[in-house]
Amino acid sequence: MLNTSSTKAYRTYILVWLALLVLTVVTWLVSYVHLGMLNVTVAMLIASMKALLVALFFMHLRYENRLLWAFAIIPLGFLTLIIGGTLADVLLRD
Amino acid sequence: MSGTESHGGETPAQALATAKLGIWTFLATEVLLFGGLFTCYIVFRLKYPELFYTEHLKLNRPLGLVNTVVLITSSLTMALGIAAMKQGLRRRATACISLTILLACGFLGVKYVEWSEDFSHGLYPGTNLFFSLYFMMTGLHGIHVVAGICALCWVLVLARRGRFSPEYSTPVEITGLYWHFVDLVWIYLFPLLYLVG
Repeated sequence: MLNTSSTKAYRTYILVWLALLVLTVVTWLVSYVHLGMLNVTVAMLIASMKALLVALFFMHLRYENRLLWAFAIIPLGFLTLIIGGTLADVLLRD
Repeated sequence: MSGTESHGGETPAQALATAKLGIWTFLATEVLLFGGLFTCYIVFRLKYPELFYTEHLKLNRPLGLVNTVVLITSSLTMALGIAAMKQGLRRRATACISLTILLACGFLGVKYVEWSEDFSHGLYPGTNLFFSLYFMMTGLHGIHVVAGICALCWVLVLARRGRFSPEYSTPVEITGLYWHFVDLVWIYLFPLLYLVG
């Protein structure tokens, strides 16, 4: 049992790695095409997909309990607050 | 920090769960550490879009791509190493960890080449806002890579001494989580600095 599940784990890791490589090359190629503001959107979307893959599979978040999920997500909430709060100040000033 | 025994009357499973919460809490502080710089980046990019656009073209995009691939691959070898350790395949695990360290050194090597190239073109941290942020962000990330290499070397030594088993591999897993986080930060730094400026 241990062996088959571990072989599966290896296969999953390698598939995730391949997906990350493909996404990296795609975002690199897209950067040479001028899409205006869409460039940033596409780049951030792909980066977030990659981040999700790393967090879910390499960092095992997929197999963790709710408490650990909370520990992982709450800092992102604070980050949103910092960025949102700062932008609200910077953009709405003067 | 040492030994295969559980601490404070906890079972090994409880000890691992506690250690995981600990490293995720540390990673939360890291998110906010880098978060300050990301906020800075967003504010200045909105303020000076032309500057960011023209300056980011001066970075070596292919080398940035190479380094992204190197770091992602090091994340893979780390994950494979942990899986091997949990199976009790010590030699495979130490090989994977050694490879991770090697790739991490490769990343720093490429970074060294890039920075030397920047310096030779007269691009310094004080050149302009974009390069201040570029050197600050990649520098802070580089420090994290160095810290990761130290942690990985420590894990490698312990693994060679036979300190881990399928039942107990907490330091390997914790170091792995930190290492994947370093990869995560780069996943955002690469497009923000090299691709869209």
